[in-house]
Amino acid sequence: MIDEAIARLGYRLRGMVGRPRMDLPLLGALLLLMGIGLVTLYSASDLDRGQVLAQALRLLLGLAFMFAIARVPPLVLRNWTPWLYGASVLLLLAVALLGEGRGAHRWLDLGILRFQPSEFLKLSMPMMVAWYLNGRPLPPGWATLAVVGILILIPAALIAEQPDLGTALLVAASGAFGVFLAGLAWWRIGALLAAAAAAVPIGWQFLHDYQKNRVLTLLDPEADPLGNGWHIIQSQIAVGSGGIWGKGWHRGTQSRLEFLPEHTTDFIFSVFAEEWGLVGVLLLLALYVFIIARCLWIAASAKDTYARLLAGSISMALFVYVMVNGGMIAGMLPVVGVPLPLMSYGGTSAVSILAGFGVLMSIHAHRKRGAG
Amino acid sequence: MAGLRFRRRHRSAISWRGGAAKRMKEAHQEAALFRRRAVAGFLLIVLALTALSLRFAWLQIDRHDEFRARSEANRVLTRPLPPARGLIYDRNGVLLAENVAAFRLEVTPEQVADMAAMLQALARVVPIGEDDVARFNNLRKGKRSYQSVPLRMKLSEEEIARFSVNRWAFPGVEVVPYLTRSYPLGAEFAHTVGYVGRIDSEDLTRLDKGDYAGTTHVGKTGVEKYYEERLHGTPGYEKVEVNADHRPLRVLDRVAPQPGQNLFLSIDINIQEAGEAAFDGRPGSAVAIDPRNGEVLAMISVPSFDPNLFVNGISHADYAALLAAPGKPLMNRVLRGNYIPGSTMKPFVGLAGLETGIRKPGDTILSVGEFHIPGQSRGYRDDVRGGHGRVDLVQAIAQSVNTYFYSVAFDMGIDRFSEVMGQFGFGRPTGIDLVGEGSGVLPSREWKRGRFNQPWYPGETVIAGIGQGYWVVTPLQLANATAMLAGRGLRHTPRLLREVQRGIGDAPEREPAPPPEQVVHREGDWLAVERGMIEVVKSGTARGIDRDFPYTIAGKTGTAERYSRTDETWTSISTSAIERHQVLFEAFTPAEDPRIAVIVALEAGRSGGRDAAPIVRRMLDAWLPGDLEREAGRNAATASAAEPAG
Repeated sequence: MIDEAIARLGYRLRGMVGRPRMDLPLLGALLLLMGIGLVTLYSASDLDRGQVLAQALRLLLGLAFMFAIARVPPLVLRNWTPWLYGASVLLLLAVALLGEGRGAHRWLDLGILRFQPSEFLKLSMPMMVAWYLNGRPLPPGWATLAVVGILILIPAALIAEQPDLGTALLVAASGAFGVFLAGLAWWRIGALLAAAAAAVPIGWQFLHDYQKNRVLTLLDPEADPLGNGWHIIQSQIAVGSGGIWGKGWHRGTQSRLEFLPEHTTDFIFSVFAEEWGLVGVLLLLALYVFIIARCLWIAASAKDTYARLLAGSISMALFVYVMVNGGMIAGMLPVVGVPLPLMSYGGTSAVSILAGFGVLMSIHAHRKRGAG
Repeated sequence: MAGLRFRRRHRSAISWRGGAAKRMKEAHQEAALFRRRAVAGFLLIVLALTALSLRFAWLQIDRHDEFRARSEANRVLTRPLPPARGLIYDRNGVLLAENVAAFRLEVTPEQVADMAAMLQALARVVPIGEDDVARFNNLRKGKRSYQSVPLRMKLSEEEIARFSVNRWAFPGVEVVPYLTRSYPLGAEFAHTVGYVGRIDSEDLTRLDKGDYAGTTHVGKTGVEKYYEERLHGTPGYEKVEVNADHRPLRVLDRVAPQPGQNLFLSIDINIQEAGEAAFDGRPGSAVAIDPRNGEVLAMISVPSFDPNLFVNGISHADYAALLAAPGKPLMNRVLRGNYIPGSTMKPFVGLAGLETGIRKPGDTILSVGEFHIPGQSRGYRDDVRGGHGRVDLVQAIAQSVNTYFYSVAFDMGIDRFSEVMGQFGFGRPTGIDLVGEGSGVLPSREWKRGRFNQPWYPGETVIAGIGQGYWVVTPLQLANATAMLAGRGLRHTPRLLREVQRGIGDAPEREPAPPPEQVVHREGDWLAVERGMIEVVKSGTARGIDRDFPYTIAGKTGTAERYSRTDETWTSISTSAIERHQVLFEAFTPAEDPRIAVIVALEAGRSGGRDAAPIVRRMLDAWLPGDLEREAGRNAATASAAEPAG
């Protein structure tokens, strides 16, 4: 009886993982990344087992989401897309009207569960753009571009208003990648970028003071060493003092002596860079590049335009996370609250990122025959 | 949903009509376009991440030395070195507050695996109270886990020995020496010297963070609070290099703290102790002041409490016991005790009559046993039925003739009365160098308006003339007024701080006193009052108090009813005379050249002469030897100075 149950369970597990549903290289890379993340978190939290366990449970929850979504065919996802998008924009509106959160209105409290609706957009935004572009004549013209622009700008503006500029940029980027991958002509991209550059001085007026400060601090962190510049300076000290080979695991003084703020969440990359040095950083970036490349390969072998664009956008959005977070801790980009995917401590981002990989796994499982 | 699906199908149907081949071709083109874009995107990504990698390489290779140095600098901790608190002495150099070395148990939470189990096991070796654990847990919250936290203060030698034997079983627990404040004379100076206590959240809002870095205690009451700034000193600091576990490796730089100033109070412990003994536990208070300069020689408030209990946090049980104790030991009677002055006010009323010109020293009044306000039937009584006959000021004070003072107050009117009495220092804090002084009550039109919102009645002026009615004085006010009388009309601000020693080995410097104020201007005025007070001791209510005393004593008794006769309590309480009266005595000596003024107030007694005056005499006896010695020294000095000249 029990043997039978175990055998059945084993069969089902094989069914979930072993069959070509899952892309095993990608799954392996993700598990490796999560392992590195937990080891780094164990050091960054100063050997706090409770924090590591909590994060491990969140990752497991995210993996469960990933496996669940991987079983849903892309066609079903495509049919759900407008509804998901509409619902997440409505939730954003609800947050704008009655949300709560310290300083920023990002959270929606549903009694038993509180969440950030902007996380949903990280998935529903590229889905919506892919849905809209699917079946349109490609490469897109100005008219198509205008509709996509509206689809992107409404939620992005709502999120920026919360204010959460980092997430707004991520969401907008994941939508824009869809248009890029759909083959928008280079000269149109050039024109759009030029227009965006011209709009920067106007957009500057709409930034909050603290957001302006973060940008200004980037230009001269030493001007305000105990205020805004603190994060940038201490993070660079952590990274730079790591050297080529690093100080070794749990030997990073910057985070242990609590000079480094937020060292388990947004700044966990600094801890990693301090303890593992340039070698560790390059290997970690290589791992991310491998994951992105594998995702793009999955996208290229997808069955239809919707799946292709969706998978491509998700892969490229992953790059934005890594670039914005890495640029921040290396003092190249302003301090924006963007987590390092699957490394930073925190539940919502882990779950939403793994859900994205679930979509990729689903697309992989339902790919064109003969490709791969 | 159905509608959307329908439109999609409709659209694909249209493209199918265009032919399957064309559709297939388009799909192939789209896929090819996507692949080109994906490759382009991937190249851009690699480009951007290469830039990021170069940035990391620049930080971690080119600028590595710079950042390593800055990271090292982050490992240097600046530790404050708290200054030793200044000591407090009496005028003879007897230590009233000192710093003693003590030992406490400190726990480093990081090194304890199971705190609850450890505390339980430790409690079997060294007694640890619930209060200790509660305070320990409170302190822990504000500290990092590698910082040690005090658990039990003031270990006895036996406890240290017992712990040392079992020390191996308690990693992370250490016996640490520290300096703690101690008051060797205990309760005797609790109300004067006060005590220090742990810095609490309210103190934190007041104190300078830099000056108090590393300091755990701050003056809470008495001299400890008033002179906090002088006693505290200046902290030093130490720059230490720490390893990653925060263990100090070596000291890089050290600036020594400057200890606080040592304070010498004007208090004479001999007078203080004699007075304390003479009270014999009866609730009350006494103050002795040098009328020449306002120096407070003794300050007694009975009952008192042990200030040492408060230094390291008083236990709930001890505090509850003090609050419930009879006689309110925590109350400072000298500063805040409210007494009805009664007849002790008469010399001041008489003096006010002379000062305002209402009376001349020789003017007489006929006492017939009752005083009437013209046109009113109510009589204000004398103590003697039938009256004292015709009396002048000297006789009026000596025999405590109410009628004389009724008439003086009535003729003066309440406004002038309260103005002159206010100049003598009643109705407002004296300005002594202590915190929390009460004001008493000086009867006046404004006070009554403010307190009861009622107009003033002439009868209230009459009874104010004998120190009854609304009058309330603090012992310090009465003592300071008596010193003013003894000091020939010069009112000094009473002072406790006499000398200050700024550094180790420095000679104590005299603390400058604020200038006195001349409140009585004609010599004949205070001489007349003084003659009356000498008579009180020679033949009046304090007769015999100067037996075998070498100097002439001038004094005045006061015996005030604690309850008004119309009060219901009057009949309900036991009617023994002792419980009915507050008794007071004010005195100064030598009458010719006053060098000490004393007042004693007892909350229950038979009369001022019988119960309060003997305490004053015991304090004067304690003062006398020192005075005789100083006078002999002074005479010798003037003699030797005079000889070569003569």
